[in-house]
Parts: sequence; C-alpha cells; structure tokens
Amino acid sequence: MERVVYSDNAATTPISKNVYNAMLPYLTSGYGNPSSLYTLGREEKKAMDQAREAVAHSLNCEPNEIIFTSGGSEADNLAIKGLFFSGKLPKNKRHIITSTIEHHAVLYTCEFMERIGYDVTYVNVDEQGHLKLDELEAAINENTALVTIMAANNEIGTIQDLKAISDICHKHGVLFHTDAVQAMGHMRIDVKELGIDMLSMSGHKLRGPKGTGALYCRKGIVLEPLIHGGGQERGKRSGTENVAGIVGLGEAVRYADENLESSMAYVTRLRDRLIEGVLKIPYTQLTGDPVNRLPGTASFVIECIEGESLVLRLDLAGIAVSTGSACSTGSLDPSHVLMAIGLPHEIAHGSLRVTLGEQNTEEDVDYLIEKITYVVKTLRDMSPVWDEKISGQPMLKLFDK
Amino acid sequence: MEYSEKVMDHFANPRNVGVIEDANAVGEVGNAKCGDIMKMYMKINDEGIIEEIKFKTFGCGAAVATSSMATELVKGKTIEEALKLTNKAVAEALDGLPPVKMHCSVLAEEAIQAALTDYYTRKGLNPADYIKK
Repeated sequence: MERVVYSDNAATTPISKNVYNAMLPYLTSGYGNPSSLYTLGREEKKAMDQAREAVAHSLNCEPNEIIFTSGGSEADNLAIKGLFFSGKLPKNKRHIITSTIEHHAVLYTCEFMERIGYDVTYVNVDEQGHLKLDELEAAINENTALVTIMAANNEIGTIQDLKAISDICHKHGVLFHTDAVQAMGHMRIDVKELGIDMLSMSGHKLRGPKGTGALYCRKGIVLEPLIHGGGQERGKRSGTENVAGIVGLGEAVRYADENLESSMAYVTRLRDRLIEGVLKIPYTQLTGDPVNRLPGTASFVIECIEGESLVLRLDLAGIAVSTGSACSTGSLDPSHVLMAIGLPHEIAHGSLRVTLGEQNTEEDVDYLIEKITYVVKTLRDMSPVWDEKISGQPMLKLFDK
Repeated sequence: MEYSEKVMDHFANPRNVGVIEDANAVGEVGNAKCGDIMKMYMKINDEGIIEEIKFKTFGCGAAVATSSMATELVKGKTIEEALKLTNKAVAEALDGLPPVKMHCSVLAEEAIQAALTDYYTRKGLNPADYIKK
C-alpha cells in the first residue's frame, strides 16, 4: 500500500496527542472515584470540573448546565425523552418537531416517542439541506414543546441557520434542542447568542475519546434522567463517571476552542482544493450548501457508479471515506438525507463523503483527487449505465424499468 | 458486514469484464434505482457451448464479485449446464455472501438466464420451452 489517508473524520477522529496526555494520568494513578471524600477522588473531581468549565467556556454557558454522557446519542436521547418524561410540561405539550435529515439518534428517538403516543412533525429541507423555515413555523401548534434540529448535517455538511430557528421557536414559546455532534469544535457555537436551549455533542468527533459526550441543558429546563442511580451529574445522569474520558473530552474541546479560527481556515482550504479537484470528474456534483458547510466536509454524487464499490476500491488504495448508497445502508434505499434533498435513487447510489481534519495535508488531498478520479474511471469502464450515458441514450429508459 | 477474501478478490480483480461486439446472447437485469445492473454478453457456438462470456456491472462489491464468479462458472460450459447454475452455487463459490447481499447472487443467476433467453429468442425459438424458472 502506497499511502494511508484517513479522511472520514465525520465518522470519527484520531485522538490527539494532547488529549492522550491529558487522559493518561486518569487511566493509571488517578483511578479514584470522584464521589469519594478522600484525596484520591477529589483530584478526579477537580479534573472533571476543569473539563466541565472548558465545555461551558466554549459554548458560553455555565458549568452546571453541562451534563456529561456516554456520547452524542445519549445526549440526544436525554434531551428528548428526558424533557417529556420529566412530568413538568403542561399536559397538552406532546408535540415534537424535527427535520427529515436528522441523525438516527434523533430520528429514531422521535419515532419511539411516536410509538408511545407523542406527535412528531418532520419538516422538509431544500435541495441544499436547509430547513424550510416557513414549514417549521407552520408546524408549530399549541401542543408543541420541542423543536430539535441538527446544527450541521453529517452527510452533506450543510450548516443550519440556528439563530433563525431559535427565533421562530421562542416566538411561539417552544424549546430548541440542537444535535451539534458534527458542528462542535468545527464552528463557533455560542448558545446564548444563538438562543439554543439544549445542545448535544460528542467527544470523538473532535479528536477526543469515543464513549464521551455532553448535553448542554439551559438552567430552568427540567429533565428526567435516562439512568437513575447514584445521582452523579447533579442527578441527571447516574453512574460513576468516566473520568479519563471526560478529561479527554474537556481537553479536546479546550484545544478545538483555542485553535478554532486557524484550524477552520486550514481545513476549509483543504476541502476547497478537494472539491475543485473532484468536480473535474464529469457528471459529478457537490451535495449540500456550497458555502455554509462544515469546514472539513466534501460530499458528492458521482453518476453511473455505486458508492460501496467506490469506497471499497479506495480502501484498497489506503483511503478511508464514506458513502450513503443503499448498499452501505443495508437496505434498498440510499441514505434518508440524500433522499430528503431530492436526489433520485440512481444518482444517490453514487454518493461519496470525504471529511477532512487538521491532521490531513495538501499531499493527502492531491492523493485523494488522483485516486478518486482513477477509481471512478475504472468503475465507469465496467458500468453498463455509463456505456448508455456516453452513447447518448436517454438515461430515463434505463431507470424506468 | 464483511466480505470473504474470495469476494474481495473477484471485486478487486474481476474476471471477464467487457463487451463482446458480436455476441449472440445478451442479457441485462436489475435497475439503477435499486443500485444494481448486470449485463452479460455471450458467444455460444454451434455445439451449444458458451465459448466466450463478458460482463459489465453497475453495483456494489458483491454485485461485481457475483457477476465475475458467475461468468467463470459458466465459461466453456453447455447451455444446459449454464441454466442449472443457481444463485446459491455462485454464493458458495465465493465462500459465502453477507445475508443482505444474497440478492446480488440472484441477479447473477438471472443475468445468465436473461442472456440465454435472448439466445433462444434470436434463434426464433420460444425460450420458455428451454428455460424453466
């Protein structure tokens, strides 16, 4: 293998050296239980407090508004289920609004809520993946308690207008939760400025450890915990804390926060170089918003090839990337996000997502462009669909079968 | 989901890829909407032996590998033998397929049958007399 290029940073990121170093003491000598009264334990508590402060500082909230969880999925579940199970909402407040392009951690939680008798409205997005704000406002009724809309999409990178969404919510007295798993550490998020009531984040998407996450929950919002027990996290999330993980998460957030502007500029430059190179392949389009997108996310649909084949062949060249094709989802349908932005099935099957991080280089990007171009050509050479495409026969004939 | 080494081999180095310009049997199955299309080209001689076979496939790793394996399994065989090829035989020859990918082996079987249907049709014969589904 000539080279290894990890460029699937939206799936997960490598733990950074500073995160590793910060965690190490708590995997060795610092094994105390933070709930203990004696010295070994108090140190751990202090380290957790620092991590909490780092997360709060980054979001511009109070440390006691941060609840550490096992990850983004748990944070999403806690926000949604916890709010409705709290018993503190007026009886009629049984309606949730979300979007058609949410991560499954939100989407399936909402489906669960429907199964147990709550109402959910799934608001559509436009072809770039922006929430239709007029549909959102029209969907709000007197029973609506919560709007949950992701900050930035994991497949196409589109960043939502969070301020506009929260304005609509608050105008109607509705709470606004955002799944910021992809956004956190990759764009500036100020919960006060943006009017966010609850926010989910994950550690491993910003070079922290897996199995860590947090929920920001604005003071005054009452949540019922998902996990009852010893009362850790101010009763919101029981279970002896994952001290090393929390410390790692805190360090990852602190580092991302401090270096955000420079790392955004660097990664955006790499991403734009990649987009320019890949779009030179004929019959290839960028998906998502061309401007308001996550710095590292380049997502495409490439006609007449199938995404899983593309990903497997790139893997043989040492490249790690993703696709939303049906063959990757284990069903006959391509990803719900690609369907929601209105791509026809046959185009969505050829989706490719490359997500760059600050550990990637210009050489990586050039290697990616070279290999993607080569593999697409190889696959098209063996694709009967491509033969028809270049012979000028109408595609529809084939697709209508 | 994991592919066997054989699947990966046939995916990375597919056998018999291409087009036969003077093929006397051509079959295409699948559709782009579902993400798989297989097109098979055969040259069948007067003794009814599949002398040459090529394929083109749009699809996932398993679709490519099953196309490749199916062509290998019927190459040089008689039409009768080719008609007996089952999707299970294709999957077994590849040391198995993940359950969600079994439909790819079905497509490969169907692609062979589609080409042979075309062969009989071109001869002015009724394929149904020869191909029992």
